[in-house]
Amino acid sequence: MSRKFTPKVVTANALLEGDAVWLTADDRWSTDMREAELLEDEAEAQVRLVFAASQPDRVVGPYLADAVAGPDGPEPTHFREVFRTLGPSNYFHGKQADESAEAAR
Amino acid sequence: MYTYSEFDEAFVRERVAQFRGQVERRVDGSLTEDEFKPLRLMNGLYLQLHAYMLRVAIPYGTLNPDQMRQLAMIAERWDRGYGHFTTRQNIQYNWPKLADVPDMLDALADVGMHAIQTSGNTIRNVTADHFAGAAADELLDPRPVAELLRQWSTDHPEFQFLPRKFKIAVTGAPNDRAVVKSHDIGLQMVERDGETGVQVIVGGGLGRTPMIGKVVREFLPLEDLLPYCEAIVSVWNLIGRRDNKYKARIKITVHEHGIDEIRRMVEERFAEIRPGFTGVDQQLLAELTGAFAPPAFKTAPTDAYEAARAADPVFRAWADTNLAAHKAEGYAIVTVSLKAHGATPGDASAEQMRLLADLAERFGHQELRISHEQNVILPHVHKADLPELHAALKSAGLATANIGLVSDIIACPGMDYCALATARSIPIAQEIATRIDELKIEHEVGHMKIKISGCINACGHHHVGHIGILGLDRAGVENYQITLGGDGTETASIGERAGPGFPAEGVVPAIERLIFAYLDVRESADETFLQAYRRLGPDPFKAALYPADDKGRANAA
Ligand code: SF4
Repeated sequence: MSRKFTPKVVTANALLEGDAVWLTADDRWSTDMREAELLEDEAEAQVRLVFAASQPDRVVGPYLADAVAGPDGPEPTHFREVFRTLGPSNYFHGKQADESAEAAR
Repeated sequence: MYTYSEFDEAFVRERVAQFRGQVERRVDGSLTEDEFKPLRLMNGLYLQLHAYMLRVAIPYGTLNPDQMRQLAMIAERWDRGYGHFTTRQNIQYNWPKLADVPDMLDALADVGMHAIQTSGNTIRNVTADHFAGAAADELLDPRPVAELLRQWSTDHPEFQFLPRKFKIAVTGAPNDRAVVKSHDIGLQMVERDGETGVQVIVGGGLGRTPMIGKVVREFLPLEDLLPYCEAIVSVWNLIGRRDNKYKARIKITVHEHGIDEIRRMVEERFAEIRPGFTGVDQQLLAELTGAFAPPAFKTAPTDAYEAARAADPVFRAWADTNLAAHKAEGYAIVTVSLKAHGATPGDASAEQMRLLADLAERFGHQELRISHEQNVILPHVHKADLPELHAALKSAGLATANIGLVSDIIACPGMDYCALATARSIPIAQEIATRIDELKIEHEVGHMKIKISGCINACGHHHVGHIGILGLDRAGVENYQITLGGDGTETASIGERAGPGFPAEGVVPAIERLIFAYLDVRESADETFLQAYRRLGPDPFKAALYPADDKGRANAA
């Protein structure tokens, strides 16, 4: 029996900044995972991954990561992907800091 | 102190210029990532979880104050105001932007530093005893040999595409502080009939298949060192496995062929190539030995030191843990702890780096060292200067008195930064250190090495920790395996797995139970955890880790 497909997002690291980014439905790379396109169909996920791989001038190492639908958009399921949406736990650096900077604006 | 030759300078500048062009071509799209990746790795640039990471070599852990200040400047200008000192005597910057990296490399080149061969299947940064040139127990300063090996291996045409990376460590003292038995080649200076030579150890390594290195040659005259090392690498280059990444390291070659067969092949190859080494290397070694000559030590009374010891218990506690015996009368080796309780092991802020540079200038004959244990060493401080030095360190949060104690933990970056990680290491280290500080027992517990890795690659040396902690991903949850009885010194051993792993929140209580069990069973305060473990075996410690009551069961997964 083949394994049941679980929803995915396409994610990668931005070429210039190196930070985690997610592919949106309108073909942008967002630093906010909640803006990502949630892919519930396996074939479609492959198509989007191929599209991502065709943008080596923008991102590095695209892959499909498990995600679930949340109230504000896709959310990570694995702890590694959770960390990628936040940044390191020893300093308030990375996305967690960027987000609060945004919120303060 | 040794400074790079003009050849080095030109070579490093050339490499930076090349890399600048490569980055430009990557950014404008003319290089793909597949093409660019090996090029950036050759220049120490990794892509991690949240950002790029630049790994800079600190050969044999030696820095001068200008270099330390430049590291601080780079941290402030292009990173987030700090650097992370690693278990390989490197410094890593966790937040560089791709386009800035060539400028960072140029700034490094300004002080004779670089990121070459900090990655890839090459001979990596040669590491050495961090007390080199200072330790009372030293036969010979290992750094001239380390530098000779560095020059020989840098861009060596035969060794740019080895089966896998290759690491060499050197120590000049019988007390091994450089973990030489866990390296591909470990070199230990030894004396025989009044002559100093090298015991050559081969095939050590940690990672997926930890191995203690084996002696391939008991006594090698110093003048044979380079051809002998070349023979080892050459034999491995030929018969080392390239079919399987996990079996490519020389430890597997030694394991599969047996040390006797390896010895036979190495000696045969050595005999072939030895005549080609006509003594140029020995001239160079003599020059290097001159360049690493000890500073002019002063003679001065040590009354101020004795008075501070008697008057100030905080100073005394620090002196008791953080000083080591120096070979020069009236001097001490100072280890500055980068392990303040609750801090990230190995991290130093730009201000701290600058202060350390100033202190090395004022009190330390211009010398600094980085240890594989992620601390900073001021190798030559006269005891009369220690009270003032201690006061200055205290003002910058650098006077933690914990060297060799529970909270002096080695931890790799783990999943807070590293893309290969299976779990986090840093928070575990922070929590253990914080807890032991609350309990106020670490001076009573005494010598204990806890080492934490965030994956099986073992950058945190967990296999050779008295207590080793390995972070794994078990069914999508961070889980930590504990090993006991490891030792990275001259009495090296690989720790044994104690049993099932613990969830993150179970690790600190587990370590606490282990420590109290040790305090219960030790014969006296002089018997260290490792000695008690070796005397009693694992049972009392396993019993503490996995108590029979339900709570303990629930804790272990
Ligand atoms: S041990 Fe693993 S997680 Fe830690 S730094 Fe090495 S590769 Fe990364």
